Amino acid sequence: MKNKVVLYFSAAQSEQPIIYRLVKNYDLVVNILKADINPQKQGYLVVEMEGEKDKYQEGISFLKGLGVIVESLSETVVWQEDVCIQCGACASFCPTEALEINRETMEISFNNSKCVVCGMCLDCCPTRAITLHFDIRGLV
Amino acid sequence: MTCKKTYEEINEKIRQGEAVVVTAEEVIGIVEEKGYERAAKEIDVVTTGTFGPMCSSGAFINFGHSNPRIKMKKVWLNGVEAYAGIAAVDAYLGAAQLPDTDPENKVYPGRFSYGGGHVIHDLVAGKEIRLEATAYGTDCYPNKKVDTIITLNDVNEAFIFNPRNAYQNYNCAVNLGDRTLYTYMGILKPHLGNASYATAGQLSPLLNDPYYKTLGIGTRIFLGGGIGYVAWNGTQHHPNVLRGENGVPMATAGTLSVIGDLKQMDPNWLVGLSYIGYGATMAVGIGIPIPILDEEILRYTAVKDEDIYCPIVDYNEGYPYSKPIDLGLANFKALKSGKIIINGKEIKTTSQSSYPRARIIAATLKQWIQDGTFELIRPVAPIPSAEADIEFKSIPERSVEGFFLNGNGRD
Repeated sequence: MKNKVVLYFSAAQSEQPIIYRLVKNYDLVVNILKADINPQKQGYLVVEMEGEKDKYQEGISFLKGLGVIVESLSETVVWQEDVCIQCGACASFCPTEALEINRETMEISFNNSKCVVCGMCLDCCPTRAITLHFDIRGLV
Repeated sequence: MTCKKTYEEINEKIRQGEAVVVTAEEVIGIVEEKGYERAAKEIDVVTTGTFGPMCSSGAFINFGHSNPRIKMKKVWLNGVEAYAGIAAVDAYLGAAQLPDTDPENKVYPGRFSYGGGHVIHDLVAGKEIRLEATAYGTDCYPNKKVDTIITLNDVNEAFIFNPRNAYQNYNCAVNLGDRTLYTYMGILKPHLGNASYATAGQLSPLLNDPYYKTLGIGTRIFLGGGIGYVAWNGTQHHPNVLRGENGVPMATAGTLSVIGDLKQMDPNWLVGLSYIGYGATMAVGIGIPIPILDEEILRYTAVKDEDIYCPIVDYNEGYPYSKPIDLGLANFKALKSGKIIINGKEIKTTSQSSYPRARIIAATLKQWIQDGTFELIRPVAPIPSAEADIEFKSIPERSVEGFFLNGNGRD
C-alpha cells in the first residue's frame, strides 16, 4: 500500500534516524515531499510511504510507539488567478475537469470541489500559477 | 464600384474620431451579416492579437556607467547572464537565458523556474534587480567589478528587440513514442496522449494578412502592452509554403522581428514562463492593426478558425530527427473544441497560446485607435512574401579536418 502522511516530531524525536529504520526494518519506500525539521526543535515531515500492507502497518506502529504523531495528509491545489495567463495548457491534463475551459470564451476556471489533488496540473503550468499546499497544523 | 482607401484617409478618420475599428473576431460576424463589399466600405481597421510563448525575444539595455567606468565583459541580471559583447555598458538579455547555476535537465525533467523572460517581466514590473558585471579593465575603463541593485528607471535605455515573434501558424505537436516528452510545446503524453497547439488562430496577426500586404517594416503595433514597431521580417521567415485558397499557410511560415521601448510596456504582457524539461521563455503580447485598404484585405481579415489548418507533427522522432512522418493537418476550430481525431483516435488538445488574452489585446488596440491615440503607419518597406524564393536552410554537415591547413581557415 501507498499513502501520504504527515509525521509530527517533538524536539527529542527529531534527533533519531527514523527514516532509516522505516527503510531498513520495514522495507518501506519513503519519499520525502516536504520537511521542516531541525536538531533540538520540533518539526514535521510530509512523506509518501509505500510497502507491503503488513510492513506498512508495522512501520506506522513503530512511529507511533516512538511518540511521533502520524496523520494522513490533507492537500489542497490552489489556482492563482492573478498569475494565470489563461493559456489553457493545464486543462487537458486534469482528469476530473476541475480545471476546465469554457469553449465559448476559451477561459479557464478551477472548481476546487472536483479536484482530487493528483498534481498533474502542477508541472504543465508555464507560469506556475497552480500550487500544491500541504495542510500542516500549527505545532504546539 | 470597388472600395479603395489609403493609410492617410484612414488616419484622417482616426483623428476625427470617425474610424470604424473592429477586432478580427468581430469582423467575421459583420461579413456574415453584410457581405464583403459592404463590410470593406464600412470598416477602416481590423485589430488582431496574440499572446503566447515566444523564445526568440529579449531586451537591449544600456546601464549607464559606474565610476570609475567599466567595459563589461560579462554581465548578469538576477544571476541570468546577458550578452555583453557589444559596447561597454550595453547588453542583450535573452528571454530563454538561464542562470549559470540552473540545474537544467540534470534532474530530468528540469524545472527552469527563472530565466531571462522572468528578469524582463520583473524589470517592467519595477522590481529591484541585482546587477553584476565583471571586466578585465582598460585605461579608459578601469573598473573590474560592479555588484549593485537597479530598477528599470535607473537604466538609460531598455528596449525589446525580438528576432522572431508572431509566428504565422505553428505545428500541432503530438507524441507517437512510448514515454512522456517535455518540449517547448509543453508535456506530450505518449501514444498520442494529447495534441498541443499554439497561435491565436482567427485573431492571430499574420493569419489575418497572410501575404503581408499591409504590414511591413515600420508598422506600428501593440507590443508588450505598449507601442512597438515591426523592425524586419523575423528569423526563419519562410513564406513560400503550401497555402490554402484563402492564402493562409498550412505550415509554419512568416515571422516578424519587433522592437519597442520597454519603459512604456506592462508586466501583464511580458510574462516569464517555465516549460518543464525544456527551459525558460517569455510570453509576449502582440497586436497588429490591419488597414482595410480594399475588399481583398477585408476578405483576408474575415478568416475563421475553421479555415485555418496546421500540420500535425510527431515530437518523438518526427521533429527532433527531422523524419517525415505524415499525420495530416489539424483544423483550428477542432483544436479549440478540445478534441481532434488523429489516425481514427479521439485526442485531447492542449493550448499553449492564450486566446482570452489575444482577445483583450485586439480589443485594447481597437480602443487606442478609437481614442485617436494610435495612428497607422504605412510600411517603409515590405517583408518578403509568398513569391520570394526563400530556402529553409539547415546547418551543413562538413568535415573540419584540415580546415586550418588547406588555406581555407586562419593561419
